[in-house]
Order: sequence, then structure tokens, then C-alpha cells
Amino acid sequence: MWEYSDKVKEHFLNPHNAGKLDDANVVVEVGSAACGDALKLYLKIEDEKIIDVKFQTFGCGSAIASSSVLTDLIKGKKLEEVKKITNQDVVNMLGGLPPAKIHCSVMAQEAVEKALKVYYKEDLGENLQPGEIIICHCFKVSNFKIEKAIKDHNLKTVEDVINHTKAGGACGKCKPDILEIINKIYKTQGERKMTNLEKIEKVKSVINDEIRPGLQNDGGDIELVDFADNVVSVKLKGSCSGCPMATMTIKSFVEETLKSRIDKNIQVKEVR
Amino acid sequence: MSKEIYFDNNATTKTSPEVLQEMLPYFSEYYGNPSSAHSFGGGVAKKIAVAKEKIAFLLGADSIEEIIVTSCGSESDNTAINSAILSFPEKKHIVTTKVEHPAVLNYCKYLSGTGYRITFLDVDSLGRIDLKELEKSLTDETAIASVMWANNETGTVFPIEKISEIVKSKGVLFHTDAVQAAGKINIDLKKSHIDMLSISGHKLHSPKGIGVLYLKKNTPFKPFLIGGHQENGLRAGTENAASIIGLGKAAELAKKHIEYENSEVKRLRDKLETALKNNIRLVKINGDIDNRLPNTLNISFKNVEGEAVLLYMNEKKICASTGSACATGSLEPSHVLMAMSVPYEYAHGSIRFSLSRYNTEEEVDEVVKIMPEIIEKLRAMSPFKD
Repeated sequence: MWEYSDKVKEHFLNPHNAGKLDDANVVVEVGSAACGDALKLYLKIEDEKIIDVKFQTFGCGSAIASSSVLTDLIKGKKLEEVKKITNQDVVNMLGGLPPAKIHCSVMAQEAVEKALKVYYKEDLGENLQPGEIIICHCFKVSNFKIEKAIKDHNLKTVEDVINHTKAGGACGKCKPDILEIINKIYKTQGERKMTNLEKIEKVKSVINDEIRPGLQNDGGDIELVDFADNVVSVKLKGSCSGCPMATMTIKSFVEETLKSRIDKNIQVKEVR
Repeated sequence: MSKEIYFDNNATTKTSPEVLQEMLPYFSEYYGNPSSAHSFGGGVAKKIAVAKEKIAFLLGADSIEEIIVTSCGSESDNTAINSAILSFPEKKHIVTTKVEHPAVLNYCKYLSGTGYRITFLDVDSLGRIDLKELEKSLTDETAIASVMWANNETGTVFPIEKISEIVKSKGVLFHTDAVQAAGKINIDLKKSHIDMLSISGHKLHSPKGIGVLYLKKNTPFKPFLIGGHQENGLRAGTENAASIIGLGKAAELAKKHIEYENSEVKRLRDKLETALKNNIRLVKINGDIDNRLPNTLNISFKNVEGEAVLLYMNEKKICASTGSACATGSLEPSHVLMAMSVPYEYAHGSIRFSLSRYNTEEEVDEVVKIMPEIIEKLRAMSPFKD
């Protein structure tokens, strides 16, 4: 409970734009009391621009803080900019959230998406689509929503899905179904060939998000130098450079991680 | 106010200065091993025996032979259940309740995965079990029944003497987790049919890392930790001498203060409860109000979320607990409140205040003053009204 960043605490204790907005022309609500968090967003939209915004949130510290930074992110912005805002922007503004609280930032993004749909009078997608079924009955999360979360956020494990969507987080009975969805998605993705550009992006994100934190813990670091024909050239820094174990580190850790995440043909080469 | 107001005594308690004082010489001065042949160690053994006398006295046990010292309440609970199933390997059924502490609940859930049938008794909206249901659930197949003496979250006290009588009449072993009851309400094991009982030191003003399993004379027993001959061969491992001596002192003090717990501490708890009820709208007291630990108040504030309340309380240096989903690690509110069918909009907003004899009237007044502001602020922010 006390893993919150100072930023989260700041927004939680002194939230921006809390309360009701009397002259709002779009009001949406996501979540519910049963789920443990709910967000009501009041927006005044004029000329495709958010003139004013307020929120009311029922939820824990990170839910309130997520709502607060969301209003900062969208206030005064053009709708075309607002459309691009994701839960990751909320997380970043908060200086990070504990994994189990990521769903609070997702709730913020969902509120904005819903508000835009209401404004543009689009279908809210609240009725189940053909082929859509409820997977998590505790939190009423459908297969479509889970699939979207997995694809949008590159979720790999059931735990990731729980943290983002809450699905599977209560009784846990649907965990095998979630795992099946994950496996299905990565199987079909594997069949499609990634473009070189996609691969480079992916290599970058795996190195930055998964490999560097591990090395940095041991006082080392790694830099991506080049990528061509499935050969990833990297430079080792800090306590890794010149370490006799370095070759092994590259082979076993970096290469295995990249192979399992992206392409089993990837090779890693150390450059000095 | 600069210092914390600690209203979270069901989580853990302050080690009494008298207890610490009693323990200190047993680290660097009298550090002998109680099992040693020399009198430097033997002296410690004697002091441990005196401590056990005090623990036995608090519980109303017959003798110190019935006191097995363990490392914590969870070890005591696990040992009791484990002993029963090892003593009666042919019996594959266990009876317990849905509102037990995880030390019992999760061990039973684990056993259910290894071929045991577990009956988790339901509770009503006040957190009480149905004694007829209990009686019906007990069969020749039942190895042990384990029902807590008092619930840690709501303070609901179970009619343990009546329960032990029912279990005994069916010829089944009976264990109770008395971790929250010990030191707060009177326990007299001489009068009861309780075969095993668990307590934990740090809930009654001695340090963490020490617990007791009471084992009634002539009860079948199989140890959990196997090794040396300590605790009469019932629990291996070199004695945690200083902590046992501390627990002895704590037990002595608890016995002395039991009247105070049920008069003064109860008065402070009641004052807190009445004031919160009078000053804040839409609240609900959780638990069996007439059969409740004297120190515990579990109160729900509708339409606010417990973790948010705790964070604001934390800013004011007030320590308490919540049964909200955000605090349970899962995404569901407390299993105790769910078993009691507390509505979600109340369950998510539950706060547990648990007092001790170290709390003061001024602290209660301060909390009474601060809580309405916090709840009001959060309710103003909440989309739900009434």
C-alpha cells in the first residue's frame, strides 16, 4: 500500500479538478461500487476542444490520483490530441504505479474513450458484440476487452491481464481462459511475419523494459548499437563491460530474452 | 499531534517496556542454552519454566506440560491441524469456518488439494456460525474441527465453550485459534473441552516471533518440527529464550489487565463507535455487537473506499486497517466481510479500529475529530450519493 510515488501521494491528497461540473455537456461513468472503483468524468467540450473537466472517483489512492492527472492531461486539449492519450501517459505522469494498481490508470483511459464516443454519438459497445462473451464474471470483463488489452499493452502473463483489466483478480476461476486467450494471440501473431521496422521497435522495448533493469540492478547497463539480419549489436557498460562473465551474460540472458520475445533466430553480438 | 495514534492493535501491539526489560538480560548476559548440562544454561531453563507457568495461568491450563512454545500463531495453527491429520490418518475430513485467519483457512485449502474434504461453515450477517450446522457437519470421518475464538477483523466472539462441547460430544478433536481472544477476554481452559488452542505473543504486548500451542493433557499429538527434544519432544528447535521470558511477563500483565480491557478499553472503543455513528452519516458497524472483543470496532463508511480513507488517516498519523479490496492483495474485499454478505458499497469502505490499554481518551477524541473531515472530503469526491 505504501509503494506509491510522491507524485501519486501529491495528486491523491490534493487532487486537481475534483468535483462536479454544472455546465458539462458530456458526463460518463466507468467502473462500479461492486468492483471497488468507479470514475465519473464531467467534460465541457466546445469546438472539438476540452474547455473544462472535473471528476468524481470512488476508489483507492491510485484511482483518485489517476483521475486527477487525467484531468490535467486533457484539460484545454483538442480532441484529436485527447484521442492519443493512453493509460501509460497516466502512469508516466504519476511517476509509475505499482503493478497491481495499473488498472486504475486503465479506468482513466476508459473514461476518456467513453466520453469521446458519447460526444461523437458512437456506439458505446456496452452490448456484447457477436462472438463476444464474458470471461471474468466477477468483474464482467469480456474476451474482446481482454484481447484488446493484451494487444495494446503487450501483456504476456495472466498476472499482467489481471493488473490491467482486473479480469481473474477475484475468484480466479477464469484464469485458465485468460491464459488460453494469451496463447491464442501470440500463436497467431507468431504466424505473421514482423516487418524489420516492427522488429527494431520490439528489440528496443525488450532491451529497455526487460533487460536493462536486470543489468542495472547489478550495476551494469547495455546499449543497443545496431540491428541487421537478425543480429543485434550491443555495447555493455558499467560493471558489465570487461567482465569475464560478459559473454555469458550476453548469450544466456540477453539473447534468450530476445529469442523468446521476438524471434528465435536472433543473435547477439557484443561491440566495444 | 506529532506521535502516531496507534489503533491497529489487532495487527500487532507495542512490546510493553516491562516485557522488554525482562527480556534484555537473556541476550548478552544469560545467553546459555536451556538444554545444556551446565547451570549457566540450566538457569535459563528455570526462568523459561517460570514464564510458562505465567502463560498457563493466563489460559487457565492445568500445568506447563500443556504449553508448547512455537514461533508464531500461524505455526501453532498449522501444527494443531497437522497433528490431528497425522494422528488420525484414516480420517479425511476437517471442519472449520469461512472467516478463519489465513493460517487456518489457507492450510485447509491446501489440504483440500491433497485429498481432504473440508467443510467451511457459513456465517450469518453478524459473523456467527449456526451451531446446528456445525453439529451436522461432524462425522466419524472428521479428524479435527477448528473454530476461532474471536475474529480478527470484526472482533465477533464465538461461543467457544458451547462449540467445544458439541465437537467433544461427537468425539472429534477441537482446536481454536485464540490469537485475538487471549489477553482481551477471559480464557479458562480448565472449564472447557478445548483440546488445542493457539496464541501469538505479539498480539498481547510481547515481541513478534513467539507463539504458543496449548495441548490438553492426553490429547494425541504429532510434532510439526522434528529434531531435538525441546518442548518435551513436541516441538524441536532451541528455545527462543528471551521471547518466551518476555511472553511470560506479557501473560502476567495481560491477566492483570483483563478487567481493564473489558472496562476502560471497552469504554474508549464504545466512545469512538458512538461518536463516529453520531457524527458521520451512512455508517454500518460490522460484527456481532453484543458478542465482540472489547477493543475492536469494524465500521463501514458507505461510498468511500477503505484504502483511500487509510491514506488520509496516515497523513494524520492515525494507524488502522481496512477490509477493502485494494488492501487484501486480491481484488475482492475481505473474505470475512464477504462471508457475512456485507454489501459491496459498505465492504469496500470498512475500517477496523483496534485499541489497547496503551491508548488514551485524548487519542479517541482526536480520531473522532478527524474522521468526519476525511470521510466528508472523500464523499465529496465520490460519484455515489446515499
